[in-house]
Amino acid sequence: MEVLPRFEVVRPSTVAAAIAAHQGGQASRFVAGGTDLMVNLRHGLGTPERLIDLRHIPALCTIATENGGMTIGAAVTLAEILAHPEIRHRYPALATAAGAVGAPAHREAATIGGNLCLDTRCVFYNRSAWAREANGFCLKHRGETCHVAPTGQRCHAAFSGDLAPALLVYGATIEIAGEASLRRVPLSDLYAEDGAAHLRLAPNELLTRIYLPPDPWPALYAKARARGAIDFPLAGVAVALRAEAGEVVGLRAALTGTNPRPFLLAGVEALHGERLDESWLDRLGKLVQKQVSPMRTTLLAAQYRRRVASALARRLAAALGGMTAEGGAAA
Amino acid sequence: MQRDPPSSQVKIRRFRLNGRMRDVLVADSTLLVETLRETFGLTGTKQGCDGGECGACTVLIDGKPRLACLTRTEECEGRDVETIEGLAKNGRMSRLQRAFHERLGTQCGYCTPGMIMAAEGLLRRNPMPDAAAIRAALAGNLCRCTGYVKIIEAVEEAARQAP
Repeated sequence: MEVLPRFEVVRPSTVAAAIAAHQGGQASRFVAGGTDLMVNLRHGLGTPERLIDLRHIPALCTIATENGGMTIGAAVTLAEILAHPEIRHRYPALATAAGAVGAPAHREAATIGGNLCLDTRCVFYNRSAWAREANGFCLKHRGETCHVAPTGQRCHAAFSGDLAPALLVYGATIEIAGEASLRRVPLSDLYAEDGAAHLRLAPNELLTRIYLPPDPWPALYAKARARGAIDFPLAGVAVALRAEAGEVVGLRAALTGTNPRPFLLAGVEALHGERLDESWLDRLGKLVQKQVSPMRTTLLAAQYRRRVASALARRLAAALGGMTAEGGAAA
Repeated sequence: MQRDPPSSQVKIRRFRLNGRMRDVLVADSTLLVETLRETFGLTGTKQGCDGGECGACTVLIDGKPRLACLTRTEECEGRDVETIEGLAKNGRMSRLQRAFHERLGTQCGYCTPGMIMAAEGLLRRNPMPDAAAIRAALAGNLCRCTGYVKIIEAVEEAARQAP
């Protein structure tokens, strides 16, 4: 059995103490549920000397309704989100996404902040230390070549959190705490299109809160995966849609699992003000196909993931627009 | 233990294990599955994939299912940990154990402790689950023998019996 590296665990009770406990660089890591980090550490992906456990910070463990919207602490578990009546009622795509992560035992530990800051994934990265070493490591960790695109100089590992697309279509903002700073930014600002450095966070900066604005649009989330539980998304799609008398007056779509970052689909304005029919769905599907860039980072073919992302977007939009279910790839 | 961590990383942690308060001297980086199996000798909790994918190491912490291969022992401090060994009372199997036996929910048996602990967590939360709820609760537990039908029948049978 591959054992964990030696580390100490500290349990600060305030955000300030958590940031002060961070020694900078990669020597310290923040941890909450640890459902992803423990696996990666066991695979030799990082050797921190100190883990800073965030679940003893009461301020990060609460869900509150404020100014008509909701505030969720970064250390709230996915099981708590899934069981929260107000979230289920008002932000159903978020509850669906939380329920699509792992299995019940993972969701009791895993947190919303952890899912948003999830490391990117790739078949050449998420494997044992000896398998990676035998392959000359990879661009994301200790190596110089990306085995997915050997001629390039960029890491293509895919962001695989389920919650980000749902939060993106709801227009969520996040609070980031640093040594002497506290900023609030749109969630999309957290991410960069680089599999080896996909989070715009300094090592000692901490995602502390997620804010959901009031008056959410009707929205849905769906993911494709090989196994009905546990698996990370091959593609995950959230769609928010407002329609009046069969005409689309607002559309947002966001994707995960296909690119190094989760992202809001661009150019959706072109689909506003039109009737929601088959040809409209075709245009939405094409828009998705154009903007996703799945690479060979999973066991399933990239082209399948491109098509399934498009099919899911069409299906969710059709459901939100009150159309009957259409055919297409199964999720 | 194959490692010898610095003393600053080794502490006495106290938690309830199958109803009894226990103290254990353990490194911060020790996983619960190691402590259960190697320190306490409770080998009913199985080590399957060691990566949170198979559910064989499912235990209950504060009554909720958790994976012992992803949980550090230090996280359990002050909490209530239950393993498969804690279910039988006075030599009598629990209703779930009996149902798995009588409904042939076990073949090789390796997944069974994890299945039973995940199902135990479900029945405490939802005493009369339908088949869909049982499937959802066991979605993270892999069985390579039975095809799951007998396992789901066993949980349904246990739910019909009063605790």
